[in-house]
Amino acid sequence: MKLIIAIIQPHKLEAVKRELEAVDVNLMTVTNVLGQGRQKGITEIYRGAKEAGGLINKVRLDIAVNESFVEPAITAINKGARTGSLGDGKIFVIDLQECIRISSGERGGTAIG
Amino acid sequence: MNSGDTAWVLTATALVLLMTIPGLAFFYGGLVRRKNVLSILMQCFVIVCVISLQWVLFGYSLAFGPSFHGIIGNLDWMGLAGVGAAPSADYGTTIPHYAFMSFQAMFAIITPALMIGAFAERMKFSAFLVFIILWSTFVYDPLAHWVWNKDGWLLAMGALDFAGGIVVHVSSGISALVLAILLGKRIGYNHKPIRPHNLPFTVLGGALLWFGWFGFNAGSSLAADGLAAQAMVATQVATAAAALTWMLVEWWHNGSPTVLGAVTGAIGGLVAITPACGFVSPISAIVIGAMAGGLCYLAVAVIKGKLGYDDSLDAFGVHGIGGIFGTIAVGIFAQEAFGGKTGLLFGNFQQLLVQGLLVLVAMAFAAAMTFILYKIVDAIIGMRVEEENELVGLDLTQQSEAAYTVIE
Repeated sequence: MKLIIAIIQPHKLEAVKRELEAVDVNLMTVTNVLGQGRQKGITEIYRGAKEAGGLINKVRLDIAVNESFVEPAITAINKGARTGSLGDGKIFVIDLQECIRISSGERGGTAIG
Repeated sequence: MNSGDTAWVLTATALVLLMTIPGLAFFYGGLVRRKNVLSILMQCFVIVCVISLQWVLFGYSLAFGPSFHGIIGNLDWMGLAGVGAAPSADYGTTIPHYAFMSFQAMFAIITPALMIGAFAERMKFSAFLVFIILWSTFVYDPLAHWVWNKDGWLLAMGALDFAGGIVVHVSSGISALVLAILLGKRIGYNHKPIRPHNLPFTVLGGALLWFGWFGFNAGSSLAADGLAAQAMVATQVATAAAALTWMLVEWWHNGSPTVLGAVTGAIGGLVAITPACGFVSPISAIVIGAMAGGLCYLAVAVIKGKLGYDDSLDAFGVHGIGGIFGTIAVGIFAQEAFGGKTGLLFGNFQQLLVQGLLVLVAMAFAAAMTFILYKIVDAIIGMRVEEENELVGLDLTQQSEAAYTVIE
């Protein structure tokens, strides 16, 4: 089992969701997050004063999948979120030790999907 | 007594109240960080309550009561003694004296509230309360007396201030600058960005200020007459011109036309036309507004940064600068056909001198008194919150409340 954490542009969420559903990855947790990457944030202007270093709005997806879904999910996220420019985001994949479905008490791979 | 005049002044009174709450409260409230928004709303709200009582108990008598040598009113009208439903012999002679007194109360309320912009996010609530009462009594009431009391010494010199450029805006704007300097910068100012937490609030509040300002300016005619309509026209076009000027200058200077810029420019225009709207033509009003928008931008975006004081929400940059310019502008643009006075452009140099003197007197008086009152309150109570409280925010440390919940 793997946990995929994807940080993407907020306006790419619908496209990413569509691509994930196309490869049968339907369960995810989505949160609004702030961050900065190589572009070092954005510059805002308030009453003529430039404020640099503003954190940028991003969307974070947490997706737990069984091994066979890992590569299809990564491909789907790339397909939905990529524009080719700075700020498209990142995908992190980490090992997942356990997964428990609260309603039934199921554990492991069967609890994921 | 004239029922039309009375109806208009009563309405205008309510409009001017709307300027402070919720207008100014939300204009300023949106500009601070989320941890301080309630402190701003609270300060505005409490000023309304405190000054309403101060005004009725003795403030109105000090400002408009029988004059002691043109310097201050005596206490004959304390607790509204002798002020009733019948018209006053001297002020708003076609409306109930109560109506005039109430209308003026709203001016006494908004003036100290304007200063909140300078000390936002770092003043102790208890010190704020005491300071505001002292400031109204020892700065606002005397100045209103000098300029607006029938025996006031500045009025006797021919000083013109139609709706409060000097009494309201220069007095609060200069005092705001003194307060910002004495109080010092907010922690982290210049080192980390301090961003407005809710600009839609600010635009909403700014728009309500514009709306209420018709009561402020057109209401100052104290009658439902042609002068009120003239003031309304001047107010509208000056504000529009100022907002557009700020927007265009900022666009050229910084690359983006911002909504905060447009609404701030509008307030600068409203301030500048306040002393002038009963004396100038609509075209002059446009020129005054446009110049005010440019000057306020210069003060806020260029000069403030160079001088390095932390006037948090630009009370001085907008109200001080706009008020000074507007008061001077009366001496330049006043025109016989639009209120019976003449300024420099139409052949009367004398008026410009009087207006200049008016500005200097108001600045010197307000600055000196604010300095003294600050030192007194600071010595007894302490003006600034402790560092830890400032970092946590005034909402939690002064009011024990939070504006927004993150989790239900």
